[in-house]
Amino acid sequence: MQVRMTINGTPRTLEVEPTTTLLDALRDAGYKGVKVGCREAACGACTVLVDGKARLSCILFAAQLEGREVTTIEGLGTPDAPHPLQQAFVEVGAVQCGYCTPGTILSAKALLDGQPAPSEAEIREALDGNLCRCTGYVKMIDAVNLAASRLREEKP
Amino acid sequence: MSGSLGSSNPFPTIAGAATGTVTRQVGHSVPRVDGLALACGMPVYTDDLVVPGMLYGKLLRSPHAHARIVRCDTAQARALPGVHAVLTHRDLPKISYTSAGQGYPEPSPYDTFVLSDKARYVGDPIAAVAAETPELAAQACQAIEIEWELLPPLFDPLRAMDPGAPVIHDEPEARTILPVPYDPRRNLAAAVSMDHGDVDLALAGSDHVLQGEFVTQYAQHCPLEPHITIAYFEPNGRLTLRSSVQVPFHVRRIVARVLELPLKQVRVIKPRIGGGFGSKQEVLLEPVTAALALATRRPVRVELSRAEEFYASRTRHPQHLWLRCGVDDDGTITALDSKIIMNTGAYGAHALTVICNSGSKVLPMYPCDNIRFQAQAVYTNLPVGGAYRGYGATQAAFAMEVMADRMAEAIGMDPLAFRQRNHIRAGMGSPVFKHLGEGRPGAEQTIGACGLPECLTIGAQAIDYAGRRGQRGEGKVKRGLGMAVLMQGSGIPFVDLAAVTLKMNEDGSVNLLAGATDIGTGSDTMLAQIVAEVLTIDTADVLVYSSDTDLTPFDVGAYASSTTYVSGGAARKAALLVRDQVLQVAAGMSGVPATELALLDRRIVGPGVDLSLSEVATHSLYQGEMLQIGATASHTTEQSPPPFGAHFAWVEVDTETGMVRVLEYVAAVDCGVAINPALAEGQVEGAIANALSYALTEELLFDEKGRCTNPTFLHYKISSIRDMPKVKAILVPTHEPTGPFGAKSVSEIGINGALPAISNAIYDAVGVRLTRSPFTPERVLAALAAKVREADGESNPAS
Repeated sequence: MQVRMTINGTPRTLEVEPTTTLLDALRDAGYKGVKVGCREAACGACTVLVDGKARLSCILFAAQLEGREVTTIEGLGTPDAPHPLQQAFVEVGAVQCGYCTPGTILSAKALLDGQPAPSEAEIREALDGNLCRCTGYVKMIDAVNLAASRLREEKP
Repeated sequence: MSGSLGSSNPFPTIAGAATGTVTRQVGHSVPRVDGLALACGMPVYTDDLVVPGMLYGKLLRSPHAHARIVRCDTAQARALPGVHAVLTHRDLPKISYTSAGQGYPEPSPYDTFVLSDKARYVGDPIAAVAAETPELAAQACQAIEIEWELLPPLFDPLRAMDPGAPVIHDEPEARTILPVPYDPRRNLAAAVSMDHGDVDLALAGSDHVLQGEFVTQYAQHCPLEPHITIAYFEPNGRLTLRSSVQVPFHVRRIVARVLELPLKQVRVIKPRIGGGFGSKQEVLLEPVTAALALATRRPVRVELSRAEEFYASRTRHPQHLWLRCGVDDDGTITALDSKIIMNTGAYGAHALTVICNSGSKVLPMYPCDNIRFQAQAVYTNLPVGGAYRGYGATQAAFAMEVMADRMAEAIGMDPLAFRQRNHIRAGMGSPVFKHLGEGRPGAEQTIGACGLPECLTIGAQAIDYAGRRGQRGEGKVKRGLGMAVLMQGSGIPFVDLAAVTLKMNEDGSVNLLAGATDIGTGSDTMLAQIVAEVLTIDTADVLVYSSDTDLTPFDVGAYASSTTYVSGGAARKAALLVRDQVLQVAAGMSGVPATELALLDRRIVGPGVDLSLSEVATHSLYQGEMLQIGATASHTTEQSPPPFGAHFAWVEVDTETGMVRVLEYVAAVDCGVAINPALAEGQVEGAIANALSYALTEELLFDEKGRCTNPTFLHYKISSIRDMPKVKAILVPTHEPTGPFGAKSVSEIGINGALPAISNAIYDAVGVRLTRSPFTPERVLAALAAKVREADGESNPAS
């Protein structure tokens, strides 16, 4: 079957089975920034934004996404023109193996879109579904704060 | 940046740390060279490569803990349309090997087959299929008919060597290739011991003798990226394995041997790796993926599910430890008597070397004239132990550091003061270094740099030791503060080899080809910084490629805290060779002898000479003597300088629920000169996050048939961001004379502190000793109840 959705601002039509997860549909369509960590909604590596909200793509069927807006990490920035969150994560050392990073940054993006000046508790709540085994999360909080302050300066 | 060296270290100047050398790259928190690609989701991991015509492999795993295959019928599975291969033990050469990705000859027993005719734990791979889709592969696995002869299982490591216990490795191929203790008929996978001085005499003469018993649990590494291997063929027919692995060169050697391929026919590529922590020091999926590719002549991909990652990859070996200590009233430790029974599970991967490290990375902490250490690793029908960050030191530091607290208590000394009095110092050696190596006698060494005194002072101040220790507070929730001191190593003496190749391009940039395996640790960046420092260029001008058995020189891989110290040493040597060549070429260009030239800030200067690096590099490629400026350097080590650490945990214990919550955690670490302070802090912070949930929640559980009952993040709880207390990693700089720019290791040590520090903090809070990990509410409540019963018993001896 076919499902139409907007991915990173571009209308796409994907050929999927009724049981294809959004995770597999996106990876098959070339969005490799969406990561496979557990396939059971427990690690957050497959996080994408659906209509601006952080969602786990491993427990959504692609067929459910007809007409929706999906944002993957590729939609935020590139190494040449990174999003402030991507830049901040690298700058402060919040990226180690990088496997959880796309999902974590997307969760942070959803947070900052609604709350440009989050408290540490709000950051912890927003990122709680994104497991990381490398960083200990300390520098992730620094990174979100740094990106938030830069984004606020961009849009005073 | 908060938490950076400058802001968190109140004592920036430490005797021995200052070398007076100003560095521009080393010692600075340069952003990771691969950071933006990772943060932008570039397709850089194993699974991100799409190979046309790729098949999906899947392993059929044993549902039984101990059983022999009587009959195996694969006809139905083979007949399924779209199934291209079904392999069992009959289809592969019967060659035993160890999946431990160690240097040759490996100290681990050759007790493993790619596919076995006997299942030794629930999850043991017994057949493999390759099919057009993952679903079809799963269907084919179900269609394989197997008749089992069930054998009595063995689950209790303390019963493993009893007469009449089931023999797990009765196959004739099980053997060791080194002269090390191994007796599979008694389920003995490895043993090591040392006896220095006269422990019994010393204990008899001690003012106090204390004995403790400790038990640690099965735990899993939980890299966010599960193990995955893709096998495909080069146009010339060579087999390439793109794999999520820490040890590509060991993979090449082992795959070639077990599949009887010429080594030159195998190439192993390590792309970016989504975390390893030791789990990918295992040659786990590569042999079977290669076998499926060879059987089908098609590209094949095999990945582990998260559940398989838990019960069928590798784990931290559970240990049972007994530690007896003698201490005199003046604080002198008179004797250490240690015994360990380690459960290695169904196979002996890393068994010997892990128990060696349980001694060698822990016992030297407290110099003592009388030391006995006896450790055995035994087989059981449970999941397989393996390399895991900390590598035996994690378990043994738990026992040692709780006993250090008990010794202090026995003589009425503050635990901090007791450690300050007794810990090893610069200039000291230990008989343990000589006795315990990695599966062989060790290397004598003298501690070159030891920042432990400063770690203790700075860490105690950072957590307010003086103000919080012994302040339980009122009410049902009590508070307590505990601590531990730690050491690890930096590489394996006389075993580890690393090589780095550099070549200079026209613009003065340098390609760095390293066998060293960045698995998220940041080693690519660290190596680039070292090269950039020597060549006076920017880290961004060093283009790193790691690691690929065709394109990069050899390196043993990412393990044993070796990369900064050993591979970093190779990078520095190679850069010095390149610098010399640059000066030689400049000498040819200018007519001024190289001895009168210097490389300063990207320029080659001397009497009447001022050339840019780019001018020299370009000249070298196109004019004059014509030479590719470049070098390969190898580095090995005769020592393993320990990093040191002092960890402090401030906790609260709910006496009604048994819940332990860590409020604040401070880790002061001496890793020598931190090549990249932010990355080094990240290693410590990440290790602490892992260690906290290891101490409080992580435990693989099994039913009465040996089946893992919680192979999921939903029921195996690792630290999330909301679980994290306030964590402070403090780098305490020293200068290790044998390390590149004074560096030692930092990656493993940070995981060893939480078990003892939290256990000691719980004691400070509520007066009970938690000696079995993890410290779950049930165990805390049971310990509190036992204490009440004990008190009742004392007040009413008749009952």
